Amino acid sequence: MKAQLVVIGGGPAGMAAALKAYENGVKDILILERDNTLGGILNQCIHNGFGLHTFKEELTGPEYALRYVHMLKDTDIKYMLNTMVIDVTGRGDKDNELKDIKDACVVTAMNGEMGLLKIEAEAVVLAMGCREKTRGALNIPGFRPSGVFTAGCAQRYSNIEGLMCGKKVVIVGSGDIGLIMARRMVLEGAKVICVAEIMPYSGGLRRNIMQCLDDYDIPLYFRHTVTKIEGKDRLTGVVICEVGDDFAPIPGTKKHYDCDTLLLSCGLIPENELSVAAGMELDPKTGGPFVNKDFETPKRGIFACGNVLHVHDLVDNVSKESVLAGEGAAKLILEGVKDWGEVQELKLPAKSQNTIPKDFDKTRQVICIRCPRGCLVTADKKEDGTLDITGNSCPMGFEFATNEMTAPKRTVTSFVSIKGKKNPVPVKTKGEIPKSSVFECMKTIKAVELDREVKVGDVIIENVAGTGIDVVATGETDGI
Amino acid sequence: MIKTDVAIIGAGVNGCAIARELSRYKLDITVIDRCSDVCEGTSKANSGIIHSGYDAKSGTLMAKLNVRGNLLMHTLSKELDIPFKKNGSLVLCFSQEDMGKLEELKERGEKNKVPGLKILSRDEVLKKEPNISDNVYAALWAPTGSIACPFIMTVAFAENAIKNGAKFMMSTLVTDVSGKENDGYVIKTSKGEEIEADIVINAAGVYADAIHNMVSKNKIKITPRKGEYILYDKNVGNYVTSTLFQLPTALGKGTLVTPTVHGNLMTGPTAEDIRDKEGTDTTAAGTALLKKKAVLSVKEGYGRNPITEFAGLRATLTEACELNNFEDEYLGCGDFMIGEVKDAPGFIDVAGMGSPGLSCAPATAEYVRELVGKIKELKEKEDFNPVRKGIKAVNGATEEEIEALIKEDPRYANIICRCERVSEAEIVQAIHSILPATTLDAIKRRTRAGMGRCQSGFCNPRVVEILARELGVDESEINKAQDGSYYVLSKDAN
Ligand SMILES: Cc1cc2nc3c(=O)[nH]c(=O)nc-3n(C[C@H](O)[C@H](O)[C@H](O)COP(=O)(O)OP(=O)(O)OC[C@H]3O[C@@H](n4cnc5c(N)ncnc54)[C@H](O)[C@@H]3O)c2cc1C
Ligand SMILES: Cc1cc2nc3c(=O)[nH]c(=O)nc-3n(C[C@H](O)[C@H](O)[C@H](O)COP(=O)(O)OP(=O)(O)OC[C@H]3O[C@@H](n4cnc5c(N)ncnc54)[C@H](O)[C@@H]3O)c2cc1C
Repeated sequence: MKAQLVVIGGGPAGMAAALKAYENGVKDILILERDNTLGGILNQCIHNGFGLHTFKEELTGPEYALRYVHMLKDTDIKYMLNTMVIDVTGRGDKDNELKDIKDACVVTAMNGEMGLLKIEAEAVVLAMGCREKTRGALNIPGFRPSGVFTAGCAQRYSNIEGLMCGKKVVIVGSGDIGLIMARRMVLEGAKVICVAEIMPYSGGLRRNIMQCLDDYDIPLYFRHTVTKIEGKDRLTGVVICEVGDDFAPIPGTKKHYDCDTLLLSCGLIPENELSVAAGMELDPKTGGPFVNKDFETPKRGIFACGNVLHVHDLVDNVSKESVLAGEGAAKLILEGVKDWGEVQELKLPAKSQNTIPKDFDKTRQVICIRCPRGCLVTADKKEDGTLDITGNSCPMGFEFATNEMTAPKRTVTSFVSIKGKKNPVPVKTKGEIPKSSVFECMKTIKAVELDREVKVGDVIIENVAGTGIDVVATGETDGI
Repeated sequence: MIKTDVAIIGAGVNGCAIARELSRYKLDITVIDRCSDVCEGTSKANSGIIHSGYDAKSGTLMAKLNVRGNLLMHTLSKELDIPFKKNGSLVLCFSQEDMGKLEELKERGEKNKVPGLKILSRDEVLKKEPNISDNVYAALWAPTGSIACPFIMTVAFAENAIKNGAKFMMSTLVTDVSGKENDGYVIKTSKGEEIEADIVINAAGVYADAIHNMVSKNKIKITPRKGEYILYDKNVGNYVTSTLFQLPTALGKGTLVTPTVHGNLMTGPTAEDIRDKEGTDTTAAGTALLKKKAVLSVKEGYGRNPITEFAGLRATLTEACELNNFEDEYLGCGDFMIGEVKDAPGFIDVAGMGSPGLSCAPATAEYVRELVGKIKELKEKEDFNPVRKGIKAVNGATEEEIEALIKEDPRYANIICRCERVSEAEIVQAIHSILPATTLDAIKRRTRAGMGRCQSGFCNPRVVEILARELGVDESEINKAQDGSYYVLSKDAN
C-alpha cells in the first residue's frame, strides 16, 4: 500500500494535521486509528470548556471532535479504524540526506480484516496522544486492591461505558482530569471525600477548582499525599498525611479515610513507544521527540504534534500546533527535501501553579469560569445597590460575576443510556441553568432511556427541571 | 463426599509441580486452593530466579533440590513452554577483605555440584556488565543462574496436570483435615462438601503450619518474611544482563538487581519478619532501602521509571518437627521440611518453602513423588502427555507470524494492552483455556495484559468488558482476583 501522508492517531491532533495538509494540496492522506471511532481522548471528555479559541464557542469534548470529523468527511481523506500501528521506519536522518522523498517512511499496522499492512509514505505524522502516570510511578505504599484507578480510566468507565467505579472517592493529585472527575462522580451519585495534592498549588485550572470542587464543597488539601492504600480485595481506605518541604510525610499528621475508590490525577506522559522504536531520542523536558520549526523530527519525513510531542493543557492549542505540523508535512511532500535546520524551542505552556487566594472572600469575590484564564473578579455592592466589578479581563467576567452574585448558573453535562446499546450518548444542557437546579436536572437525565438513534444537537429532554432549557445530545449513537 | 487418591492443598508452584509429576501415574489427583486462580500466594511475588545452587548449605535437602531443579528447568521450560533464560549470575564482592567469603561461596557451590563457577576480576566483571558500580572488587560467576516467569511456570504445571487428568478446586478454603479411623484423611472446606483422600500433600505456603497442625501433635510454626520489590520500565531492561547479587556487607544482607525474563529491570527483595500472613503491602521504608542498596551494585541512572512495587512472603520455618524420611539428611529450620509426618501416616508436608523454592519446584515434585511411591504403588499411565503449549502471542512474533496469527483469528489484530501488545485473541484463549482465567490478575499472569508501563490504565476497562462478554456475566461481577475485588458497580446499583 502507498499513501502520500500517513497520520497515526485520529484524535484532535491527527485530524487537524490531516485537514491542513489536505487544504494545502496533499490529496492522498490516510489516518490510522486503533480505536473504533475518531476523536481520541475527547470522546470521554464529555464536559464543556473546549473550542473557545478554535470555534469561538464553548463545546464539549465530543462536540469538538465531531466538528473535525464532519470536516474530514467532506474531504477525500481516508481513515481506517480498529487499526493499530506497530512500527514506523524513517529511511533518512537529519544528518544524512534523504535523496527521494518517495522512499521516506514505512508504516506497519494491523487490523482484523486486512491482517498486517505495510504502507509506504512520503511523510508520517505521529499523533498518538499521551497516557497517565500510575500508582507505581508515584510509589504509593500499601496493598494492591482493586479500586485504585487513574482518573482517565474512571472517566472512560463512566463516560464511554456508563459504569461507575465506586461510591466513596478520594482523589490524589489535583490535575484537571481529577478535578473534572470529582464533579462527574458527584453528579453521578458518588461521594467525593477530598482531593489531596502534594504541591502547595494545583496543576489544574483555577476555574476547575471552583466549578468542580468548590461548587460541591469538596475540600482540596495542598501539601498532602496518600501514604497508605488499604484493603486486600477492594480498596477499603487510605491514609493521608501532610508533607513538609522535602515532600516527606510530617509525623503526627496521619488521617485515615474510609473509601472504596482512589483516583490518581498526577500528570500525563506522551506516548512515544513508536517514536523510540523509530530511533528517536526523547527530550527529557517534554517526554516527546525533538522537532524543527516545521514539526519534523530528526527522522526525515516523520512529523509529530499534539500530546505525543508534549503535554498540552488545552485541546485548542493541540489543534493550533497540529495545523503547523500538517503544513510542514505538506511542504515536504510538495516541495521536496530541504535542509532540516535547527531544533525548535517549543513554547511549552507555563506550568500552571494555581491556588485560590488565602483571603478569598466568597461573599464578594468569584473566580470566573468562563475561560481557562480564571480571573479573580471582585464585585462590591455600591451604595445604590448596583455592583462595582473589578479584576475581570473581559466582558464575560463582568457578566459572570454579576450572575454569580445574584443568580448563579451552570451548564450540566452527562450521558443518557440507549435501549439495547452498550454505550450511552453524551448530553448537555443547551444553555446554563440555575445552579440550584443542577441535581434536579441530573435526576431527570438519569431517568431517561432512549429508544432511538441520536444525532449531535438532538433535543433529548425539553425544558429540563422547569428551567426553560433543553438537554441536547453532544454525541451520536453510531459513535463518531 | 468427593473421593480422591491424592489431595494437594495449595496451588502454588509447589502444589502444581507435584500435581503435574503425579499425573504421570494412575492416580486420582485433586488440588485444592482457597484462591480463584493458581499462583496467588508466594509464587506470584518473588525474584523469579532459578538459582544455580551455591547458596544452600551443603548436605541440605535445599542444596540437593536446588541444583537438580535448575538442571530440570532447562528441559522443562521447553516441554512446558515456560519463558526461561539462562542469563548467568554474579555475586558481587566489594572489598579485598571479603574475598575469603567469595572463595567460600565458590567452594560450597562446588561441593553442591554447581557447574562452571568462576571468580572474575573487577575488569572481567566490568566487561560483562558495563553499568556495574565502581565499588565492585570481584565477583563469583555462575553460568547456570537463570531467570524464569514464575506465573507461567505455575500455570504451565497446572495446565499440564489437568491435561493429564488432575482436578483443580479453586476458591475452596481448607478448614480442617482429620485422620480417618484406618487410614486416609477427611478434608473439610468452605465449599461444604467433604473430600476423602488416601494421601494428603500440604503445600499451603505460609499456611502450611496451620494445615500441618490440624493432623499432628508435633506443632510447627511458619513466620512470613516479607520481601519488597521495585519493578522498572523495559527501557532499562538491558541495564544489566546477568543477575547481580551482593555479598553480605556491614549494611546487612544485600539486594539483587536483575533483568526479568520479560525484559524489565527489578530490584529487591528486602527481608522483614512480620506477623500478618496476608501482609503483602509495600512500605515507604522498604522502597527507600532498596534504592539505597541497589546503587551499591549498579550505577545510578536506572531508576527514573519505576512501574510498580510489590511484596511477597517467604514461608520461613521457625519451629520444625521430625519427619519419617529424615535419617541422614539435615532437618531443621534452615532447610525445607518435606516428608511424611511421623504421627500422621499418608500426610506429606511440603513446608518452609522459602527461597529457592521456585528453583527447586521441579525437583521437589520428583522428591515428593518418591515419597508417595513409598506409601502407594505407582503405575505409569501409557498416555501421559508431557507437553504443554502456551498461548501464541503477538508480542515478540515476526511479521510473518503475526500475519499468520491474524489469519487464524482476526482478534489477533485487536490490541487490548498497548504497553505489552497483547491482543484480544490471547485474552479470549486465556479465558477459555483448560484452566480458565476468570479474573484480571489471572489474565495478566497468562498474557501480560496490564503488566506494562501504564499498569492497565488503558486496558482495564477493555479486559473487564471482554471477560464479562466471554463469561456471560455483568461487568460488576468481574474481579481483580478474589471475590469482592470488583472494579465497577452494577448499573442498577443506584
Ligand atoms: C484521560 C485524559 C483526559 C483529558 N482531558 C482533557 C480535557 O478535559 N481537556 C483538554 O483540553 N485536554 C484533556 N486531555 C488532554 C488531551 O490529551 C488533549 O487535549 C488532546 O486530546 C490531545 O490530542 P491528541 O490528538 O494529541 O491525542 P488523543 O486525543 O489522545 O488522540 C490520540 C489518538 O491516537 C490513537 N493512537 C495512539 N497510538 C496509536 C497507534 N499505535 N496506532 C493507531 N492509533 C493510535 C489513539 O487511539 C487516539 O485516538 C486529556 C487527556 C487524557 C489522557
Ligand atoms: C521475596 C521472595 C523472593 C523469592 N525469590 C525466589 C527466587 O528468586 N528463586 C526461587 O527459587 N525462589 C524464590 N522465592 C521462594 C519461592 O517464591 C517460594 O518457595 C515458592 O513460590 C513457594 O511456593 P509454594 O507453592 O510452596 O507456596 P505458595 O505459592 O504460597 O502457594 C501456597 C498456596 O496454598 C494456598 N492455601 C493456603 N492455605 C490454604 C487453605 N487453608 N486452603 C486452601 N488453600 C490454601 C494459597 O492460596 C496458595 O495459593 C522467593 C520468595 C519470596 C517471598
